[in-house]
Amino acid sequence: MTHRKTLVRATVNQESVEFLCEPRQSLLECLRDILGLTGAKEGCNDGNCGACTVILDGRPVNACLVLGVEAEGCEIETIEGIARAGALHPVQRAYLESAALQCGFCTPGLIVATKALLDQEPNPSEERIRMWLANNLCRCTGYDKVIRAVQRAAEEMREVRA
Amino acid sequence: MSESTYAVVGTRPPRHDATDKVTGRAHYGADFQLTGMLHGFILRSPHAHAAIRRIDVSKAEAFPGVKAVVTSADLPESPEQMVDIGEGAMPLSYIRGNMLARSKVLYKGHAVAAVAAVSPHVAEEAASLIEVDYDVLPCALTVEDAMRDGAPVILPDLRTKEFGEQTGRPGNVAEHFRHVLGDAENGFTEADLVVEREFRTATVHQGYIEPHATTVLWNEDGHVLVWCSSQGAFTVRKATAAVLDLPVLRVSVTPLEIGGGFGGKIRIYLEPVAALLSKKSGRPVKIVMSRQDVFEGTGPTPGSHMRIKMGARKDGRITAAQAYLAYEAGAYPGAMVAPGAMCVFAAYDIPNVVIDGYDVVVNKPSTAAYRAPGATQAAFATESVVDEIAENLGLDPVEFRLMNAAKEGTRRADGPKFRRIGCVEVLEAMRNHPHYRAPLEGPNRGRGVAVGFWFNVGLASSCTISVNSDGTVNLLDGSVDLSGTRTSVSMQAAETLGLRAEDVRPSVGDTDSIGFTEVTGGSRTTYATGWAAVEAARDVIGQMKERAALLWETDAASVEFDRGVFRAGGRSITFQELAAQLDETGGPVVGRGAVNPSGAGGSFSGAIADVEVDPETGKVSVLRFTAVQDAGRAIHPSYVEGQMQGGSVQGIGWALNEEYFMSAEGAMLNSSWLDYRMPTSLDLPMIDTVIVEVPDPEHPFGVRGVGEANIVPPPAAVSNAVYRATGVRLYRLPMNPVAVMEALWQKESEPGGGSLHSDAAA
Ligand code: FES
Ligand code: FES
Repeated sequence: MTHRKTLVRATVNQESVEFLCEPRQSLLECLRDILGLTGAKEGCNDGNCGACTVILDGRPVNACLVLGVEAEGCEIETIEGIARAGALHPVQRAYLESAALQCGFCTPGLIVATKALLDQEPNPSEERIRMWLANNLCRCTGYDKVIRAVQRAAEEMREVRA
Repeated sequence: MSESTYAVVGTRPPRHDATDKVTGRAHYGADFQLTGMLHGFILRSPHAHAAIRRIDVSKAEAFPGVKAVVTSADLPESPEQMVDIGEGAMPLSYIRGNMLARSKVLYKGHAVAAVAAVSPHVAEEAASLIEVDYDVLPCALTVEDAMRDGAPVILPDLRTKEFGEQTGRPGNVAEHFRHVLGDAENGFTEADLVVEREFRTATVHQGYIEPHATTVLWNEDGHVLVWCSSQGAFTVRKATAAVLDLPVLRVSVTPLEIGGGFGGKIRIYLEPVAALLSKKSGRPVKIVMSRQDVFEGTGPTPGSHMRIKMGARKDGRITAAQAYLAYEAGAYPGAMVAPGAMCVFAAYDIPNVVIDGYDVVVNKPSTAAYRAPGATQAAFATESVVDEIAENLGLDPVEFRLMNAAKEGTRRADGPKFRRIGCVEVLEAMRNHPHYRAPLEGPNRGRGVAVGFWFNVGLASSCTISVNSDGTVNLLDGSVDLSGTRTSVSMQAAETLGLRAEDVRPSVGDTDSIGFTEVTGGSRTTYATGWAAVEAARDVIGQMKERAALLWETDAASVEFDRGVFRAGGRSITFQELAAQLDETGGPVVGRGAVNPSGAGGSFSGAIADVEVDPETGKVSVLRFTAVQDAGRAIHPSYVEGQMQGGSVQGIGWALNEEYFMSAEGAMLNSSWLDYRMPTSLDLPMIDTVIVEVPDPEHPFGVRGVGEANIVPPPAAVSNAVYRATGVRLYRLPMNPVAVMEALWQKESEPGGGSLHSDAAA
C-alpha cells in the first residue's frame, strides 16, 4: 500500500532540512529512518519511556508521539546537536563523569530532557529533577547517579554563567 | 600484589565508550542499517492456548511491497539435541517451537508467521492479512492451575522427571527435584518455634528499555551474517545455527551495543526468523520488536507458589528449614527453580533442610533469566519467615541473621560447601550502618531488612592484547558490554601491565575475531573476562621479557617486571621504551588469555528499607534505602555502586508494582509501560551503597561478580518494612495499593485486629 508523502521543512540542530514522509510516520521515525539521526531511541513507541525525547520549539517532547508532518516549520534539537564544536555539553560531561549511564540506551533522552530543564531552571531541587525526569525510564541505574549528574551539570552551568 | 600497590584497580576512570553513549553515536540493535534492507514483522497468537488448524499466507504474499513470508514450515526439521543457550541448555525442539509455533500456540504472543517488506508499516499491514484458523483450548496460567488434576496438557510429549528419573507420567510438571540435608523432621522437633507460610509472586519482566532488534543477511555464499543486540554473540551464533541446521562456521554474529538485558537477551527470538526471510527475499532483513512484543513474546521471569517452614530454638538457633518451590516455566520447561533452590536458604547455616522444587509449564511466555534468576522469589519467602521468627523470639532481625549466618565451611542443602564468603561481613555492615540505627519517626512508617545470595558463575572468556609502538595497547574481548565492562576489564589489564586505564583501548569482538566467550550474565564479565585480560597481559609481559632479554643478551628468566619497568642485572627499560623496539626484536607482541574458571565466589547482598504506607490508599513509598554487597574487590567502585543501585530499584519495582496482569483467557492486560509500572525517578529516594570487600581467593584481584545478588533482598526488605509500618504481613508480590488495602481491611475485620503472633508459635 502506498501512502501519499508530504514534504516537511524544519530546522534540525540548527540546519534546515526537507524530507518526505508518510502521514502515519512519527517524528521519531523521520529522524531515525529518513534523516539518519539514530541518537533518539525507540523504547516503547507510545509515550511512556522518554528514550525518544527531543526538544521541539524549546520544549521536550516524546518524538514517538509527534507526527512527522507536525514538524513543519518547527525547530528541533536532538542529542546529535547537543555537543558543540567538538566539545561535550556540560550535561553530557556530567553524565559521563558521574557514571550516570550503564547500557546508555536511555541516556540520549535523559540528556536532552536534562538540557531542556537546565535551560529554563538553573537550580532545580532534587524533587524538581525527579519530577521532570519521571518521563524518562532508566532500568539500569536506579536513577541515583542520574540525579547527581543533573545536579552536577546544573552547578557547572551556574558557575559558567556567573 | 597487595591492595596498597594498586594504581588502577579501585579508581574511577571514565568509561572508554562513554562519549559515544552521551552523544547518541553508539549503535544499538535498531540503529543498524544495510543497503537494500527489508523490515520484518512477526504475527503473534491472540490466544493463550490453541491448536493451529491452518495458516493461509497468500493474501500477505500478494500485498504490494511484501518480499517474503515464513511460517514454521520453513524451519528445518533437524534431529533433537540439547543446545547450550548460555548458562544452561534447552532441547532444540523447544527453541524452534518458540521461534515459530508449529501445531499449537502455547501463549498469547507466541510467534506464528513473519513477513518481510519494504517498510515496517507495510510488513505489519500485510501480516494482518495472514489467516490462521485456531481451535482454542483451555489454558492453565499458574502453577496451581497447571498442577491440578485434569489440567489442560500444554506439551503432549512432556513426561515428569522426578528425583532425576523419568517417570513416564504426562502432565505439566517437567521436573520435581529434592535436596536433603540432615533430618528436617527431627530438626523441627528440636525447635521451640516453627513458622510456616505460603507465598506467591507474579510474573515480572526484566524491563530493559531497548526492545530486541536484529538484522540478518543470508548471503549468496550460504553464510548467515547477524548484527544484533544480545548478551552474547556466541550464544546467538550457536542457537541460530542449531535452529537453521547450519554448522556454526556458517553463522557470524556481530554484537551491537545493547540497551539492557538483565538475563532477558540471552535467548534468541528473532535471528532464525529474520534469516529465513532474508533467504527467501535475497535481501537483508531487520526485525525490531514493539514493546508489546517484548512483554508478550520474550521471556519474563517466573511467577511462583512457595511454602517455607522454619524452626528455631529460643536461643536463636535455626534448627530446620523446609521449602516447597513451584515456579512457572511458561510454555517450555526451565523455570529457574533449580537456582532458586540453591539460594533459598543459602544465607544460613541450617543443619536440617529439605527443599522440593517443581518446574511447571503454563500458558505464558517461556520464561528467561532475570538477574539472579529464581533467587529473588525464594528470598522473599525465606526472609519474610526469618523476620517473623526474629520478632517472635524478641531478637533484632540483623542479630538473628548473624547468629545463623552461613560462613566458610557451611554446607548448602544442594551439596556444595561454601568457601570464603562475605555473608557475615555484609550483615555486620548492615548492623553498623547509620541507617540501621537512625530513628524512624512518624506514623505508618517501618524499617525492614533482608539478605540474599547469588552464586555467580565463571565460564569461558577470551581476550587478546596487542601492544602498540607507543606503549599503549589494544584489548579485544568477547564480552558484550552492558554496563561498563570494557573499562572494568581494561583496568585489570592496565593494572597488570603497569599502564593507565586510558592507555588501553578496548573493543568487543564479533564471533569471527575473538575466541569463544560466554554470555554477559551470571555476574561473570568483570570476573572471568577480567581474568582472561590478566592472563593476556601476563602473556604480553612474558613475551616482552624475551624481547628485553634479547636486547640485553641475557636470559628471559632473569628479567623482572614491576609497575611498567623491566629490569635485569642493573639494567632497566620501561614498557613504553621496549614497545618502541618490538619491530627490531622480532615483530608484534600479541598476548592471549583464555580462561574457564569454575569456582566463582558467590556474592551476598543486604538491604535496609524504610517505607511509609498511606493507610487511605495503600500506597507504599520507599523513604530511604541502603544496599550492601560483597564485591570481593571493587575494580571500579562507581560501576559496582551502579549495579547495586540498579538491582535494588528493580527489586523495589518487583516488590511494589510490577506484574503481568492476566485475563482468565491468558491475555496480558498491561503490556505497556503505562500499565506495567516500573519505578520512575519520582518513585525513589537516593540509593545508598556500602561495598564490602571479602576477596575471592582464586581471582587475581579477588573479584566477585556484583551484577545480580543486589536484586535478591529488596522485595523481602520492603515487605518486612511494610509489616513494621502496618502490623500486616503480605505474602504475595507485588504489594501494590490494592493488595495493601485488602490486607489492612482484613486485619481490621479479624477478631483481635490481627495479632502479630497469630498461629506462629508451635
Ligand atoms: S519511544 Fe517515545 S516515549 Fe518511549
Ligand atoms: S542506562 Fe540502561 S536504561 Fe538507563
